[in-house]
Amino acid sequence: MQGLADDVILEIRDVSKRFGPVVAIKNMQLKVRAGRVHTILGENGAGKSTLMKILAGVHQPSGGTISLAGRPYTPANPQDAARAGLTIVFQELSLCSNLTVAENILATREPTTAGFINEKALVRTAASLVEDLKLPVRVTDQVGDLSMAQRQLVEIAKGLSIEAKVVILDEPTSSLSDSEAEILFEIIAKLKARNVAVIYISHRMEEIMRLSDDITVVRDGSYITTKDKTETTIDELIALMVGRDLDEIYPPREVPAPPASTKPVLEIKGLTRQGEFEDVHFAVRPGEILGFFGLIGSGRSEIMNTLFGMRKPSSGTIAIDGREVSINSAAEAIDLGIGFVTENRKEEGLVLSHSVEVNISMVALDDYANRLGFLKRQAERQDAQGGVDRLAIKTASLETVAGTLSGGNQQKIVIAKWLLTQAKILILDEPTRGVDVGAKFEIYKIIRQLAADGAAILLVSSELPEVIGMSDRAVIMSEGRQTATVSGDEMTPEKIMSYATGFAQ
Amino acid sequence: MMKMMENNPALARAVRQYSGIFISLIVLCVIFSTMSPRFMSVANFLNVLQQVAVIAIAAFGMTWVILLGEIDLSIGSIIAVAGMVAAQCFAFGIGFAPTFLLTLASGAILGLANGVLTAKFFLPSFIVTVATMGIYRGLVSLPTNGAPAMIMEPTWTAIGTKSFLGLPIVIWFVAVLFLFNHILLSKTKFGRRVYLTGGNREAALYSGIKVDRLKIIIFMISGVMSAISGILLSSRLFSAQTNAGMSYELDAIAAAVLGGTSLAGGVGTMIGTIIGALIIGVLNNGMNMLSVPYFYQLIVKGLVILVAVYLDARSKRAKK
Repeated sequence: MQGLADDVILEIRDVSKRFGPVVAIKNMQLKVRAGRVHTILGENGAGKSTLMKILAGVHQPSGGTISLAGRPYTPANPQDAARAGLTIVFQELSLCSNLTVAENILATREPTTAGFINEKALVRTAASLVEDLKLPVRVTDQVGDLSMAQRQLVEIAKGLSIEAKVVILDEPTSSLSDSEAEILFEIIAKLKARNVAVIYISHRMEEIMRLSDDITVVRDGSYITTKDKTETTIDELIALMVGRDLDEIYPPREVPAPPASTKPVLEIKGLTRQGEFEDVHFAVRPGEILGFFGLIGSGRSEIMNTLFGMRKPSSGTIAIDGREVSINSAAEAIDLGIGFVTENRKEEGLVLSHSVEVNISMVALDDYANRLGFLKRQAERQDAQGGVDRLAIKTASLETVAGTLSGGNQQKIVIAKWLLTQAKILILDEPTRGVDVGAKFEIYKIIRQLAADGAAILLVSSELPEVIGMSDRAVIMSEGRQTATVSGDEMTPEKIMSYATGFAQ
Repeated sequence: MMKMMENNPALARAVRQYSGIFISLIVLCVIFSTMSPRFMSVANFLNVLQQVAVIAIAAFGMTWVILLGEIDLSIGSIIAVAGMVAAQCFAFGIGFAPTFLLTLASGAILGLANGVLTAKFFLPSFIVTVATMGIYRGLVSLPTNGAPAMIMEPTWTAIGTKSFLGLPIVIWFVAVLFLFNHILLSKTKFGRRVYLTGGNREAALYSGIKVDRLKIIIFMISGVMSAISGILLSSRLFSAQTNAGMSYELDAIAAAVLGGTSLAGGVGTMIGTIIGALIIGVLNNGMNMLSVPYFYQLIVKGLVILVAVYLDARSKRAKK
């Protein structure tokens, strides 16, 4: 960075933030240069969000100084930040689904004629922005009709519609497919060309290495170091981030995979659901981890939901322990020994307003009630504590409200509730999404342990290394069709991607 | 006291949870007793309990519905239907016990209709029960063309007028139903499922809870509770009135919300609801004693609800 100090657009010096007695960040340093992508890397809880909220004017620092374009920067609220030329795109979507794309992009800044909204100008302004960014949406579309990924892109366009010197993107790709992420990366390249500084937050290492110019690592609320992308490696960054060497991201198999002669516990033949997926067939044996890989929209989650009785298949058969079954509700699936850790833990996994204990015992509730339906609180508490201990869930007590725990610990609660049911077939849909590296490793170990204990695991993931690192075999999906089932030597990124994109021979 | 709370976290939680509303109730009592010497007496206390009985029992049902994140605006109409069913049964010469059961059944059936329309036809319960509120109110008038129907059956009218073991029978009803609902909610699997489903419907669904069935059962409970309220009301009035229970749904909602039940679902208790009902009862009784005109009473009750909801919202924000 020496000799280039003059193009530093945003500088953070010794910034700290306390919430009462809790120190969220201390001695934070950051120099962001114009026309560069600067990634902030850290585990969940490392202080990234607090830092971004200070920059956005949501929080005010307890100490230290910030300067933007050479002038002191002390935003009292997000409007101040926007006026000073800093835009932030949060990962939570803040769009109104009942309005059109154009209305959302220009919300609160609609062009007016004599006080009335000028519809034509509104559409024209928004359209030129959308065209400029090459977004795959029409500005007259209603946001409620768009996919989650399209909404994320609209959100970004909205953030960029303000002429900004600094743009902060907080996990923008977490709900994007690869092709949509490409659109975002092009947008970022355009911003760089316009000499805008981009602060980028993501957990995806490949993406970070590809996009970033500079990478700042934070840990436990403290600044660790800033690296030039060309002078570092993924391994070094992960080690810096977690503060210890990760010998391996994926724990090795300790118990060998079951032999091919073992009878499958679950066998799917010709499973089809019109418009979602067709002719899916696979079998999974006790103790086996079967991966499911595909891009967004490939039908993976739809298959799992069908398997769990949440929707009806159009045709095909499901057999458990060799007996053909029909599964019409989640309750029936659970009775058959299926567990489902869903993709969205906050929406479908947890009751965030309730205690850790109540969440863990949720599925196995029948086991904790006597014949009259009265709950056996002692037994319930004991088993919930067992789950907390077994999965090393970090919680102050069983009474703690689930919503206050970190993402990784929340995910462990969801897994714990299925452990109490002794599910013999466990579906894990994106089990490490939004979970930091340390907790990821722990979840991988848990998955290995469950398989070693004889559970059949269906591991759905859009992270290719995860599928390769964890699965014994993997089903590859592309646009609702099963393009391959790979194992052994075929489990390479190149092979799998070629099947997943549908370009395989 | 502090020591006791330290040793008993459940007690400490209860004190934290109800102290605000309980203090409000006591403050109200103190204010009324300084303004009217007749207020603070055993006789008047029993009087309040008796007046509050109809609302309290309906509010127990309403609490279940709100806990699930739904609403039932038809309970005032069900109260009237129940009275009319009883009056017609007696007119046909049916005995006390079968009449009692038929009246409960009428509440269960009307609740079933609310539940099925909400759960199986995917209609919002607010709209469903606005519609059935009108329909049920209309049904009341069918047998008599809108005229009230007398009930002279002595066993029936005894419920609202006689005492048992020194306490009005009505109060026994409230006590037993409070215990029933409280235990069902706080100690059983069924109650837990209601809390979970109200807290996050999707998560409950994915955990194998039969959400639709739960919804239907809850609306049936609400219907039955309203029918019991209707029994108490008709027995006290010696008749079934076509406008009986009019706007009682609002008092029942107010009692539940005053007691800390969250309209978003998943949070609330029967203890809170009965304290909430008592606050409404004390307000009505005290203001009546002070001869406060009816329209002022409406304004005061409305303000009390606003303050309660505001305090609740503020404490939730503080927690965040």
